[in-house]
Amino acid sequence: MRKKQSFFLLPYLLWIILFVIAPMVLIVGYSLTNSQGHFSLQNFTLFFSKGTFIGMMLNSFWYALLITFFCLLISYPAALALTRLKNQQFWLMLVILPTWINLLLKAYAFIGIFSRDGMVNQFLHLFGLGPAEIMFTDFAFIFVATYIEIPFMIMPIYNSLKEIDPALISASSDLGANFWQTFRYVIWPLSWPGVESGIQAIFIPSLSLFMLTRLIGGNRVITLGTAVEEYFLTTMNWNMGSTIGVILIVLMTIVMVLTSRKQHKKEIKL
Amino acid sequence: MEIIKLDHITKEYDDGFVALKDINISIESGKFYSLLGPSGSGKTTILRIIAGFTEPSAGKLYFAGKDITGLDASKRHINTVFQNYALFPHLNVYENVAFGLKLKHRPDSEIRQKVKDALKTVRLDGYANREISELSGGQQQRVAIARAIINEPKVLLLDESLSALDKRLRKEMQFELRAIQKKLGITFIFVTHDQEEALAMSDEIFVLNDGTIQQSGSPVDIYDEPVNDFVARFIGDSNILSGKMIRDFEVEFAGKQFECADAGITPGEKVEVVLRPEDLDITATDPKLTMTVQSQLFLGDHFEIKAVDESGFEWLIHSTNGVKIGQEIGIFFDPEDIHVMRLGETEEEFDARLETYEGEDKE
Repeated sequence: MRKKQSFFLLPYLLWIILFVIAPMVLIVGYSLTNSQGHFSLQNFTLFFSKGTFIGMMLNSFWYALLITFFCLLISYPAALALTRLKNQQFWLMLVILPTWINLLLKAYAFIGIFSRDGMVNQFLHLFGLGPAEIMFTDFAFIFVATYIEIPFMIMPIYNSLKEIDPALISASSDLGANFWQTFRYVIWPLSWPGVESGIQAIFIPSLSLFMLTRLIGGNRVITLGTAVEEYFLTTMNWNMGSTIGVILIVLMTIVMVLTSRKQHKKEIKL
Repeated sequence: MEIIKLDHITKEYDDGFVALKDINISIESGKFYSLLGPSGSGKTTILRIIAGFTEPSAGKLYFAGKDITGLDASKRHINTVFQNYALFPHLNVYENVAFGLKLKHRPDSEIRQKVKDALKTVRLDGYANREISELSGGQQQRVAIARAIINEPKVLLLDESLSALDKRLRKEMQFELRAIQKKLGITFIFVTHDQEEALAMSDEIFVLNDGTIQQSGSPVDIYDEPVNDFVARFIGDSNILSGKMIRDFEVEFAGKQFECADAGITPGEKVEVVLRPEDLDITATDPKLTMTVQSQLFLGDHFEIKAVDESGFEWLIHSTNGVKIGQEIGIFFDPEDIHVMRLGETEEEFDARLETYEGEDKE
């Protein structure tokens, strides 16, 4: 019986070994060797000694932070409102629907909307304004990235809000809490696991966004993701590309650890 | 002193369902009240209206003489112990109990002292740093009570608060709740569907069915003199027979005429007669009725016997001694054990009628 069960696990194990563990080993291996294939730490020393790399890293962090922040700002109230609506399934469907459309397609659609002759500029023209340069700006990049990521923030928050027993809200109000106090002391802490997974689901991929930086950001926004693409496809320096990859993995791990840290309570002596 | 008054309270939901029909209740301070009824009778709706979680469709709610019908739940001097306790799972015992005082920004030292006292009242000293998930059902129940009494409410509402506990713990908590109520001296309003619980703890019981109050009174009154067959059936076991009033203090049922303690009913009127199974004594000499034993259950402290009389009515008898199945037994009961109910008589009419002939006795 035991043997049979491990047999069922085989396809997945193969998958993990071939497509998760092996690439990781390869990336780490490449990052620790020079172009001749000898062991060397020169890629890392280069990364941390050159201002451009550090700048790129901070840039990536900053943009990912902004995208996550705006996502949270829009998604939390939206999720809270969703839990109080009738026909919740229908509204959830509307939230999820955009994720069924290909990412590139959405990016191109925004090019149509934001370009010089796009909808936004046509609209501004009606009032005698514009044309404004929207494409290839930080604003456009963050706007589109936020738009794309929002469903991945709404869903986990909605689910965690849905799990809160309505009696807890009544209990809070029964004990004298107004709406804001109930939100601060009951709703927010209880929905934190959803916020946490939302942040992880958005911040981590946002660190290495590269398609949007090119299409919407017009390569003015350079993140670590763009750099990886450059090194692998343009300059063919796989060693440096892998180094950046490893650094990204480390950054993501740090974010994971930080967001899922459990708070320890003080003991109270009575 | 009257602390809470429900004045012609009606609750109709959007879908047309009428949960409460013209409820008038007066609650005095310092007493233990029970709202007793089957599920769907409206008892929880009354509680929610008093707590402020539901607004009545019509009628007024008064608290110490002031109209609080539209007042937010957070501003009422009333606290609730919820059905499944509704303890905050992300907070530990101390933080749960301190919740109400923290909201009021009381100084830390005061909060500590009051939490300590509240935990002592519910006999949970030393549990302050426990997580809620580490507690048993009975302990969670106590935390919920401690959390509710720390705000020093004038009235404490308890919503089916013991129903999640096992039978032994429930009995224990009944005693304890009663003790806590006596100690704090505040009004408890306890919602339950368990008649034993209501009888054991209350000073006064409101029996509800279908959104109306069927009867209110002390446990003894309600048990001994149910106003209609709903109350008679819902509270305790009973034998309910149809009968006919012959004249004052004489009633006919099971094909025979008996002396009884009821009067003020038109001679010849069709009535219902209630006899409690524990008031029926099995006797060999001078029986009032004879019947044949059909079945018998041993329930530990007594036997539950079912027997059929000559008219075919199946009687329920509680007896400390067992009988044999198929045996002919004789039954004896006192005139006071017979309770006569008029069909369709309301509580007010019943009380008024009682007044007419019980008044005579006293003269």
